[in-house]
Amino acid sequence: MEKKIELLLSSSPFLKQQEDTPAVMRQVIYSLLPAAAGALWFFGISALLIMLTAMLFALLTEGVYNKLTGRANTLRDGSALLTGLLLAMTLPPGIPLWMVALGTFFAIAIGKLIFGGLGSNIFNPALVGRAFLQASFPVTLTTWVAPGNGLSFMQWRSAAFTLPFVREKVAAVSTATPLSMMKFEGQLTPFKALFLGNSAGSLGETSALLLLLGGIYMAARHYINWRIPTALFATVIVTASALHWLNPETYAPFWFHLFSGGLMLGALFMATDPVTSPVTHRGCWLFGAGIGLLVVVIRTFGGLPEGVMYAILLMNGVSPLLNRIAQPPIYGDPAKFKKNEAHNE
Amino acid sequence: MGLFNTLPTFQRGIHPGDFKDLTRHLPIERMPFSAELTIPLSQHLGAPSKPRVKVGDTVQRGQLIAEPGGFVSIGQHAPVTGTVTAIEPRPHPTGRMVESIIIATDPFSPQTFYNEHPMDWEALSPRELISLIQHGGFVGLGGAAFPTHVKLSVPEGKHARFLIVNGVECEPYLTSDHRVMLEEYDDLFYGIRILQKILDVRQVYIGVENNKEDAIEVLRNHVPDDMACEVIALETKYPQGAEKMLIEAVLHREVPSGKLPIDVEVVVNNSGTITGIGHMFRFGQPLIERVVTVTGPGIKRPANVRVPIGTPLTELLNFCGGITDDTRQILFGGPMMGAPQARLDVPILKGTSGILCLTENEINVREEYPCIRCLRCVDVCPVGLNPSRLGALAKSRDYEHMLDFHVMDCVECGSCSYICPSNIPLVQRFRVAKGLLREQQARNKAS
Repeated sequence: MEKKIELLLSSSPFLKQQEDTPAVMRQVIYSLLPAAAGALWFFGISALLIMLTAMLFALLTEGVYNKLTGRANTLRDGSALLTGLLLAMTLPPGIPLWMVALGTFFAIAIGKLIFGGLGSNIFNPALVGRAFLQASFPVTLTTWVAPGNGLSFMQWRSAAFTLPFVREKVAAVSTATPLSMMKFEGQLTPFKALFLGNSAGSLGETSALLLLLGGIYMAARHYINWRIPTALFATVIVTASALHWLNPETYAPFWFHLFSGGLMLGALFMATDPVTSPVTHRGCWLFGAGIGLLVVVIRTFGGLPEGVMYAILLMNGVSPLLNRIAQPPIYGDPAKFKKNEAHNE
Repeated sequence: MGLFNTLPTFQRGIHPGDFKDLTRHLPIERMPFSAELTIPLSQHLGAPSKPRVKVGDTVQRGQLIAEPGGFVSIGQHAPVTGTVTAIEPRPHPTGRMVESIIIATDPFSPQTFYNEHPMDWEALSPRELISLIQHGGFVGLGGAAFPTHVKLSVPEGKHARFLIVNGVECEPYLTSDHRVMLEEYDDLFYGIRILQKILDVRQVYIGVENNKEDAIEVLRNHVPDDMACEVIALETKYPQGAEKMLIEAVLHREVPSGKLPIDVEVVVNNSGTITGIGHMFRFGQPLIERVVTVTGPGIKRPANVRVPIGTPLTELLNFCGGITDDTRQILFGGPMMGAPQARLDVPILKGTSGILCLTENEINVREEYPCIRCLRCVDVCPVGLNPSRLGALAKSRDYEHMLDFHVMDCVECGSCSYICPSNIPLVQRFRVAKGLLREQQARNKAS
């Protein structure tokens, strides 16, 4: 006779695209892998240890926080892991690991969790962690070792295992980044070194090529909004070229700005963080352009050689405002028709 | 076909995959009359119909058994010859109990339909034609079940210039409109003539998505020579069948927020509805049956079936071989906007375009993650809303504020929920919000 079947009641739609938020996070992490591999190539095991430490402490911080506050397990969404890796990419290869751990803790706890976790933070967590470290340990954060430097993969770039708060002697083989060479010595690094990554800098700042590979993949798969980096690059090109045209002696050409320092990493992986960027396409155009302008201004006229981090953090703060002013008209928006009527009269 | 040779369509929207292969090649078949039929007096938007029969009456197939209960209401007819056994509340696909006329089928009746008076419709005025359509029981067969004659009654001072025939059928899985266009284009073009006369419209467009190439070809080959009718192949994209989206795709016009298609000189009607109207004026048969696509991985024999209105769901499922043991969800309508059923003794209605049986494999109860503002919902919303923002407001029950973000313009197509990687039930929350806001507006008006 009649079989008993249990019918589920829920609300339409019953079709769903398959890619969920953890999958998106995983894809962004994969997109970072070429640049991460580049970091290993240039900086050896130090880079690996920094990345692993950051990722471990990111998970640890969020896991412990969840336990203490009785929240559900959020580690599976992959965002903590991504924040850890992103932060690692912004750090200099010679940084002691305890600083990495501390910075990661700050990034996750203060940058994200106290705002309410994933989706609620105003500022990019990885950059919050990096800003904290920069403010706390300015010397270490601006001490760079040259890539390769004749060391083999297994050789430490610095005293990675220094105990916390022991004043460490700055690594002997320190060098200047292309940006500081430009700023303080007026010396321009050749294009090829910048593009391929054979220049001093943070783990993920060296090879523009490898970052671009990841960025193009993400844009093609719609993991990032291509309008942000496009607007950013365009603004940098225009403003830097204008300055260079005014005075080629003092101001670097646009390609130098584009491919040096954290610009590629910032433009493709940080500014595009959906949580902290605007929710409309118009807003994203303005957001990217704002960052580009600030980067050139800070780099050229500010006291620091690099300005990507502050440019993005500042624009993060502006993005709620951009959401407000850049709402596109909806289908059948009455405003459109008023305009037409006025036109007809 | 060049790179830039693209078909017309509306802005944004989604590509959920059409899943129509299960039934697209299956000709429409008839099913036997069930022993008992349930005709709910309310199977349309608007006032319920008023019964004109009493318990014990004998009724003929096609006989009027309930008349319109107001202007926004329709007539109901006996789908079979038989006896009225009860007029009482019965289970309804909306989940409520609804006053219904129950007819026991006469097992010995030949159930033929007598067309005693072929209609000389050309002698009738538009007003009379509209009244015939209302009493003929016509509602939008695409699923919304809005009384057709209301759409055809153009208000004073307005005029229609275009008739758009909605042959889009953008809901995945469903193929009933597709099969009707392929097999019954004669009735469709006949119906178009009647609508042309009612609306005093010359130019007709038939919008069909390009996943129904055979239907496009058949229609193009059979457009009468004297009819200004263009069959427009549209890019396959959901929710193109939504009236506003179809108008945008075909005419590049936008219906102003809060207004109706007639405000941009357009009337849109479902192809199945017009075919039914054509059939009535040709053969005298009111709306007593419709084509239903019975489909999905949970049905043993997917089919396009001509079903008498009021047939119990169980009978239809049995006619299609029954459901598989792992069926977990049975929907009235398609997967994007369909309504799940709690019981199998509900009747097939005039607005039932499909029965979709989903199994364990298709049910996805998924973990919800926080909104990461990835913008995908903004990219797909056909109305250009910001579902991400609306979702946040709905979650904090700030319904008033949702009005500022145009929640009332939401067409409830579900594209946002489909695309959301964080599995946030966006459209589900908007429906709740819209319901509450409408109630509140009604209260404000009353006080």
